[in-house]
Amino acid sequence: MRALRWHGKHDIRCDDHVPDPSIEDPRDAIIKVSSCAICGSDLHLYDGFMPGMQHGDIMGHEFMGEVMEVGSANKKLKVGDRVVVPFTIVCGECDQCRRGNFSVCERTNRNKDIADKVFGHTTAGLYGYTHLTGGYAGGQAEYVRVPYADVGPVVIPNGLTDEQVLFLGDILPTGWQAAAQCDIQPTDTVAVWGAGPVGQFAIRSAVMMGAEQVICIDNVPERLSMARAGGAITINFDEESVLERLKELTRGKGPEKCIDSVGMEAHAARSIDSMYDRAKQALMLESDRPHVLREMIYVCRPAGIISIPGVYGGLIDKIPFGAAMNKGLTFRMGQTHVNRWTDDLLRRIQEGEIDPSFVITHSVSLEQGPEMYKTFRDKHDGCIKVVLKP
Amino acid sequence: MSIPRQVTRPNHSARTLARGLGWFSIGLGVVQLVAPRQVARFIGMSGSEGLVRVCGLREIATGVGILLADDPKPWIYGRIGGDALDLAGLGWSIEHGDEQANAAIAAGAVAGITALDLSCAKALDAEQVPSVEWDYSDRSGFPGGTAQMRGSVEAEFAAARAEPNGYSPSLH
Repeated sequence: MRALRWHGKHDIRCDDHVPDPSIEDPRDAIIKVSSCAICGSDLHLYDGFMPGMQHGDIMGHEFMGEVMEVGSANKKLKVGDRVVVPFTIVCGECDQCRRGNFSVCERTNRNKDIADKVFGHTTAGLYGYTHLTGGYAGGQAEYVRVPYADVGPVVIPNGLTDEQVLFLGDILPTGWQAAAQCDIQPTDTVAVWGAGPVGQFAIRSAVMMGAEQVICIDNVPERLSMARAGGAITINFDEESVLERLKELTRGKGPEKCIDSVGMEAHAARSIDSMYDRAKQALMLESDRPHVLREMIYVCRPAGIISIPGVYGGLIDKIPFGAAMNKGLTFRMGQTHVNRWTDDLLRRIQEGEIDPSFVITHSVSLEQGPEMYKTFRDKHDGCIKVVLKP
Repeated sequence: MSIPRQVTRPNHSARTLARGLGWFSIGLGVVQLVAPRQVARFIGMSGSEGLVRVCGLREIATGVGILLADDPKPWIYGRIGGDALDLAGLGWSIEHGDEQANAAIAAGAVAGITALDLSCAKALDAEQVPSVEWDYSDRSGFPGGTAQMRGSVEAEFAAARAEPNGYSPSLH
């Protein structure tokens, strides 16, 4: 089969003759991928900021397709079912899964020992996202093996296009969870840093959950125009001061709820602290650039909530924790507990409340995937979300 | 849906760099005006205090020009011309001056600043190249319209809402 494979930093290739996956466990299923997408967090692998990738690893954790084969113990799926596969692999039986904390499933990470050592405790296995999370083959391929396929995959009813439902596997519930973690109240101002795909869904989720105003901070005009379309007031940080504008919009009080949809790769040349982070990154003294976190802690209204769907990978430096502690801020974060939200969000898509396809700007073949990584990373050609068709 | 249009965009990084170079110019110019003897002695050109003062005035003029102009590009090119003059003078001092090592150090520093000036000018030149900007203002994601969806799930979430830290906000 063909698949997009990681061969090193900035080196992703569409390789032919990759071995087809096969059933390895009776609960497995094999999916023929009809659509997959490049996620912002894939760019962390592309840019070499996440350790634990190996030469030849198949990329991708946002995918859907048709069930081609099911294991003997899989009673949920049948051949021909159309499914969206959540990016977190969940067993459905461990203590965390039973509590709905699916992204920290205790059983699906095949390299649990490494994760236990690095993080203290393991997190769930993820598709195509380093050997720290199990080293599972990803979904930017013609076929993919889905472990624990009797738990995670969401069967899609007829009448919905791939474009409408593909993002149920990651970025739609990620934006939704980011907003839900904010406990939004009708008087709240919600500020969202980053108008990429997750930021766009966080904005729409916050609007639906009834925030008084939603403010989006970015510097890419196309992304800001899409954010305004979804109901946000926008701040272009190239053109105006984020701190001053947020003060003005909140009558000096600051946003009650702040969402970091940027994560570890904040712009490296826009502020002194970012340049400091970039220099430390180059010297391998820091793994992530937490400019957004610092700014959120500074502007957030005391007793507010900071919600972090943006991915961080390792160690960060110079976090004003004294401010965070004394202001009584609550931090909520984590990889998305996808299956906690999928049924509800699928219903909302079916009922026409939201159509996630608005975020797609590029739809291309799998062969064009490698060049699309660069286009997406550099935000060229108005690129916000890339869908690949194997 | 979503129509592309040709636009020219200001390069904010280049303009930030230009402002930095403007302030640097003014700072250097002030030093050359206030302490010409020390500067001339350091680079091995004692007796050229008048020339150093003229260079200081030039630095301040280009710095002010960069900071006040809507388009700093001509002033950045002015700085590049000044850099060439400075390098020529320092080259002479390396050959004939009495502080050749200091002159070489100063020439190295000027060469570094010249590289920054050149990269800034190049980036400002690129501002004139039209790029495609997409207008996504028709992509709300709400088939029923944004206004209709505002607060549409508020009641459902209010029922299950947990206040921060689990405490009710009401006072007792």
